[in-house]
Amino acid sequence: MLLYALRRLIYLVPVAFGVSLLVFGLVHLAPGDPISAIVPPDAPKEVIDKLKEYYGFDKPLPVQYLRWLGVTLTGDFGTSIGTGRPVASEVASAFGNTIILAIAATTLAFTLAVILGTAAAYAKSRIVDRLVTLISLVGVSVPHFWLAIVLVIIFAVELGALPPMGMGPENSTGWRFDRAHLAHMVLPTIALSVIPLGVVTRTVRSTIKETLSMEFVTALQAKGMNDSQILRHVLKNAAPTCLAVMGLQAGNLIGGSILIETVFAWPGTGFLLNSAIFRRDLPILQGTTLVLAGFFMLLNLTVDVIQTMVDPRIKRG
Amino acid sequence: MAIQTPSLELGAPLVQATAAAAGRGYWKSVARRLRRDPVTVICAAVLLLLVASALAAPWLGLADPYKTSMLRRLYPLGSPNHILGTDELGRDMLARLIYGGRLSLFMGVTPVVCALLIGGLLGITAGFVGGRTNMAIMRVMDVFYAFPSVLLAISLSGAMGAGTENTLLSLTLVFIPPVCRVSESVTTQVRGFDFVDAARASGASALTIVRVHVLGNVLGPILVYATSLISVAIILAAGLSFLGLGVKPPEPEWGLMLNTLRQAIYVNPVLAALPGVMIFITSICFNMMSDGLRAAMDVKA
Amino acid sequence: MDTMIPVDRGGPAQPLLLASGLRKHFPVGGGLLGRGRKVVRAVDDLTLSVAKGETLGVVGESGCGKSTVARLLIRLIKPDRGTMVLDGDPVDEPHGITVNELRRQVQMVFQDSYASLNPRLTIAETLAFAPKAHGLPAAQARERVRDLLSKVGLDPNNYAERYPHELSGGQRQRVNIARALALRPRLVILDEAVSALDKSVEAQVLNMLVDLKSELGLTYLFISHDLNVVQYLSDRVLVMYLGKIVELGPVEAIYGNPQHPYTRALLSARPSMDPRKRTKEAPIQGDPPNPIDPPSGCRFRTRCPFAEEVCAKLEPALAETGRQAVACHMSVAGSGHSKAVAA
Repeated sequence: MLLYALRRLIYLVPVAFGVSLLVFGLVHLAPGDPISAIVPPDAPKEVIDKLKEYYGFDKPLPVQYLRWLGVTLTGDFGTSIGTGRPVASEVASAFGNTIILAIAATTLAFTLAVILGTAAAYAKSRIVDRLVTLISLVGVSVPHFWLAIVLVIIFAVELGALPPMGMGPENSTGWRFDRAHLAHMVLPTIALSVIPLGVVTRTVRSTIKETLSMEFVTALQAKGMNDSQILRHVLKNAAPTCLAVMGLQAGNLIGGSILIETVFAWPGTGFLLNSAIFRRDLPILQGTTLVLAGFFMLLNLTVDVIQTMVDPRIKRG
Repeated sequence: MAIQTPSLELGAPLVQATAAAAGRGYWKSVARRLRRDPVTVICAAVLLLLVASALAAPWLGLADPYKTSMLRRLYPLGSPNHILGTDELGRDMLARLIYGGRLSLFMGVTPVVCALLIGGLLGITAGFVGGRTNMAIMRVMDVFYAFPSVLLAISLSGAMGAGTENTLLSLTLVFIPPVCRVSESVTTQVRGFDFVDAARASGASALTIVRVHVLGNVLGPILVYATSLISVAIILAAGLSFLGLGVKPPEPEWGLMLNTLRQAIYVNPVLAALPGVMIFITSICFNMMSDGLRAAMDVKA
Repeated sequence: MDTMIPVDRGGPAQPLLLASGLRKHFPVGGGLLGRGRKVVRAVDDLTLSVAKGETLGVVGESGCGKSTVARLLIRLIKPDRGTMVLDGDPVDEPHGITVNELRRQVQMVFQDSYASLNPRLTIAETLAFAPKAHGLPAAQARERVRDLLSKVGLDPNNYAERYPHELSGGQRQRVNIARALALRPRLVILDEAVSALDKSVEAQVLNMLVDLKSELGLTYLFISHDLNVVQYLSDRVLVMYLGKIVELGPVEAIYGNPQHPYTRALLSARPSMDPRKRTKEAPIQGDPPNPIDPPSGCRFRTRCPFAEEVCAKLEPALAETGRQAVACHMSVAGSGHSKAVAA
């Protein structure tokens, strides 16, 4: 098992190298050079050159890449062009806020999805099955940033029941587990959970349905096992597939939170990324993308390893 | 990344060797089954209506979607001359929603078509040739898979700057890896069938074998998968515009309209939600059509 | 196209196909960074020849490498090692013939009649594929298809435009045989070609194979796990165990006087219709060992009732014994086995 995890980790090295190349390349996709974003157009040439040298933009590309990689590997993601603060600390605090929201949304989405999906797979009546299928279809089809706006319209504007934006009260300095902060979380959590809810419900339903139609279930019934005992066997068989999809969805949710964070002005990585794009703050863009991609890779690795642990059919080691 | 198991967002379609139970010709029987599926037919009709009205917009007698009026801002639904009201600059909403379909649909469909061509070619090549070629292609795809798709789209668009072309480019890049992966996995599967070995044993060239024996069996699943991507693409394209990374104002586009109308939620909330309804309808129709196709083509989810 | 009919080049004494030292090891899994990789020794230094006009039967338990041999001979998989000579011409070598030319003259029928037919093509399209790929004009290809279908006993008017799923298993296998004949090969490899069929259908197809052989002057390599069928069809029989030949000889010798303990065990495990011919020898025990890590020395020793020290140390070579060749220490004088004749 450990060997398998280790091997997967080694496989990750070339991928991580590719990811770093791509992230580094992001800066050079940008039209013009990044310096022009922070200096006034009429700045003297010496100032521009000095800044270029300071940020290392005057070196040839491979040198720039190696320099950037070397510095980045030490955990130094550079300095924000916009705020002048270290990128690492900006990204770290934003990432924490994103994770809070992500945990809430995945918990909500996955719990509901497992219940709904199992219910639909077991449902004798077509109506329940149809209803759940419709819910999952809506989940994968609804533009979640629009849903976020609709939620704001209903619950904040019309009913005035919940705050429309922000992470907490105006004087709040950071997230805390209290009523006010929780109230701010409700709408973004719901908006963020619809896509994973749709996808995972669909997967749970079809996997359980497929497992139920397998012959071993008939054999268990013939042995006289009752339904709850059989359900345990069925869930055990359906778990690996569902887990894999859940892992992927959790990662996508963090990547997709950018739109929701923008709607709710939630100070997470998405919000940071969005403002960085508009200030053309490329170090922040790079840093955030790198951290999110790194997290996504590690998450996938973890899910893969867990999946092999619960699935006896996948060979280990 | 799930290097070994291609667990895709919408389920990897698998090739079903069992063809139509009766009837002559696979595609004919697919068409017949599609016609008998009312949900798919209705969705196709709705989509056709959306596309047709977007294309024929100039001849529908609509108001000028660009004409602003400081006097007629944010008229509610059902106003005279403006059935769906007016937006924050006094432009006719009905006209903008219908004209908006042009860019929104175009930006959703084009990247998927491009990704289908490029990713399909790469995936079929990787799957058929196997070995090192497969390794090389699929490892490059793994790099793109290390990013959540929304993040990749936003980072690429953010770096390249706003604009229709940049959005199309970044969305195409986002969709190449999943199409490639599905193509690779179905091709590898088809390649494992004895009839491909029999064809190889006949001494036919690789290109002939792919054309005659592989394409016909992999195209169905790949197309089904691609149609399901269109709904994702439409949402993603609208999302980019919503963030100000896609289409530039004053072009009518659903995502962008949703963005600019956000300031109006306190004045006219229903109006502010309208463009999203269009995105939602389009996306759900593509999803249901994809499900219908999947069933008709006998592709396992 | 008819100019493409291969002519006999080496004369009747020249074997049609001569394969020597064929080896195929498949890597499996792998340790960290692919080091310490294990291999399945599917086929290990196998040498065989097929004479013109004969039927060579290949028998063995499943997993012994029979199918790998078939795929190696038609070069669907590339051997790690070994050479092949087709009627005097070395294959895939500078002075010899190309792999493509080999495939013109050697064709194969697969076991799974369904998986070996493209579900999207009609029978006519499937049959015309190879001739067309070799440049036969469409009209002639159509003629060839009709001819092939009648040869395998299917009415062209009735079957040419059907799809595989509209045929029965026996009919599909007839189509597969027709496809193998489409290029007018000299050697046809039949890899468990009748094993999946019902017994009555199997008999019909077997009889058709016998007829086709004499009608078209074919040579067969007939791979099967069914000893009765092999006996019925073969002139010579080759017995395989874990990627190696254990015994090879004329069908009467192998069935009448088997020398290798494995061959004897296989034959005695055959169900007999005659109650007087009860199985006397102890049937073979257990499953074949894992080909990833085959036993040292003689590969059969772990299941052999006569295994001795020498069997673990030395690998027995294939040696002439009477009318057949056997790879067993008991058959070699002075091998050190207690049952062997002293030198």
